[in-house]
Amino acid sequence: MTVFLQYLANGLTMGSVYAIIALGYTMVYGIAKMLNFAHGDVIMIGAYVSFVVTSYLGLPAIVSVLAAAAVCTALGILIEGLAYKPLRQAGPLAVLITAIGVSYFLQNAAQLIWGATPKNFTSIVSFQVPEALRAYNVSAVGIVTVAACLIIMAGLMWFTGKTKMGKAMRACSEDKAAAQLMGINVNRTISMTFAIGSALAAIAGVLLCSYSPVLQPTTGSMPGIKAFTAAVFGGIGSIPGAFVGGILLGIIEAMAQAYISTSLANSIVFGVLIVVLLVKPAGLFGKYVPEKV
Amino acid sequence: MSSLTGKSFNPVMNRRSVIAGVAGLGACSLISGCSDGGSGADGGSGAPAFKIGSMGPLTGPAASYGTSVTGGAELGCKDFSTDELPLAFKAEDDVADGEKAVNAFNSLADWGMQALVGPTTTGCSLAVAQEAENAHLFMLTPSATAPDVTDGKTVVFRACYSDPAIGAHSAEWLAENFPNEKIATFHNAGDTYSAGVHDAFLEKAEELKLDIVDKETFKDDSATSFTNQLTKAKNAGATLIYAPIYYTPASVMLTNASDMGYDVKVMGCDGMDGILGVEGFDAALAEGLYLMTPFSADDPKNADFVTAYKEAYGETPDQFAADAYDSVHAVALALAEAGLGADADPAEVADALPEAMTKITVEGLTGTLTWNDKGEVEKETTVYVIEGGKYVPA
Repeated sequence: MTVFLQYLANGLTMGSVYAIIALGYTMVYGIAKMLNFAHGDVIMIGAYVSFVVTSYLGLPAIVSVLAAAAVCTALGILIEGLAYKPLRQAGPLAVLITAIGVSYFLQNAAQLIWGATPKNFTSIVSFQVPEALRAYNVSAVGIVTVAACLIIMAGLMWFTGKTKMGKAMRACSEDKAAAQLMGINVNRTISMTFAIGSALAAIAGVLLCSYSPVLQPTTGSMPGIKAFTAAVFGGIGSIPGAFVGGILLGIIEAMAQAYISTSLANSIVFGVLIVVLLVKPAGLFGKYVPEKV
Repeated sequence: MSSLTGKSFNPVMNRRSVIAGVAGLGACSLISGCSDGGSGADGGSGAPAFKIGSMGPLTGPAASYGTSVTGGAELGCKDFSTDELPLAFKAEDDVADGEKAVNAFNSLADWGMQALVGPTTTGCSLAVAQEAENAHLFMLTPSATAPDVTDGKTVVFRACYSDPAIGAHSAEWLAENFPNEKIATFHNAGDTYSAGVHDAFLEKAEELKLDIVDKETFKDDSATSFTNQLTKAKNAGATLIYAPIYYTPASVMLTNASDMGYDVKVMGCDGMDGILGVEGFDAALAEGLYLMTPFSADDPKNADFVTAYKEAYGETPDQFAADAYDSVHAVALALAEAGLGADADPAEVADALPEAMTKITVEGLTGTLTWNDKGEVEKETTVYVIEGGKYVPA
């Protein structure tokens, strides 16, 4: 039982990181109806900013998180304005290719600025976990990550459900043209979505690197893809879906590694995804909307 | 052509000046100087110099290995240059890509390269070894460890241990020093170096009756967290982890082990060398780590080389730089042994050096080196343990 709980703790921690990243994917997809494949690289930029603030400038961890969030928010708005806004009327394929281009651009820019050699990210949380919990592999980073994930999800649910901006977002998500007729500034709403998504990416980056300390220009790619999988798994566009998808993905991965095979874990994770999509094509929490012709 | 090579060096200069923040102007001009077609070694004498080429990834994720090898080789060309046998040096960037390595090899051959000290990585070495064999040009790789690099070749030599040799020597060392530990192995299943060392280790460990309680693997696409593998090793009762992996995943593993409070001895191989150089790495995590690596920058006998290297490149040399330096040393000695001068034809060099190499003994930075006729090096194995952030002989 102890062993099972240990794996569960590992899975929950990694799953929460996936969930935070997946929330960013799902926000942008739900509202702008586009797959922002550069999301994983915004995570990497956020981690680098945090690294620079703590290691080079010697400022406290909390400042570094705020700085990372600020830089990534600005970056998100910038990317949206320069790369995606001009393509608002273009087909989804053009936007998808542009997103992949932005992803490569960010990776190479990071390599030019910070170099290819990996850096070691010092964890931003350093409190001592009680011995009783430690026996179950519960780490300080794990606790903070799970808590951050819950707070972010609750915050997003409240924001999209109760605030004026959130309602505008939901309106855009349902029907952009109708939302515009109702006096909603669609462009501004989408920019806002990117800002929120990118701020989430920054937080995810800092937490990811606190848990797994190697920071290099490709750091965001694989977690980005896994989180995208989690978002699809949970039903892309749905906030609770991204949360549940992320956590489940982390747990399935941990259990597959623990009880089946460490080298087969990824195949199992993606195998589960295929099965879920065969049974529920819109994902666990996704709404199946038939195309009206 | 020269502008092309000059271009390929620029990212390195950026990397050094931005990251290390300590790259002196001297180092930059040294590097760009050699990209103009020759190093300072051939000086202004105008006499023909023996042209040694080298290559490695100078940009991209494996750049630290390539810059070390070309740096060490360049320094070697300066130090082992004599009036009778001046050495000229040129390095090319292969981005750790086999195809680019062959291009780099051809461009070095155009320059008039008479012997190659390189490439740095196994993948490139496999591609280039075949080219060198076809072109009949002597090649000595300082750092490629796969057996296939030298296998069946007549003009290809190696200055470091091969993967099977590292694995077997590790098992012997553990059997001698830690016969009673319960051992878990941990390796990258998608990496030839890691898998090669691991397989040879297991074979030897079985022969020596080491107690292997668990075998864990990972792949590059799941290198984010090793907590699950460590949990399995812990529950299997492992007290020592043998991990023939590179230093990047090793730093993840050490952090994960520390986070979950798993107090375990860890032993790595030469690929883990460099872990203390990772920017931001908490050296306390590596405390007590055993490393089987041929070179220590903290060893007093290597002090002159370390000082000269730091002056030239602003970084502490690692074993890659030391292996490359020893390789140039070996080429210089073998040339003297064969009685060849700076004007020797590359084909002449390739004819004479394989035999001369088996006759020389290099008192090098990485030990006393001798070669057999298969191109494999023999030198003593050294294991260091990290204590107080320094390598101490174990």
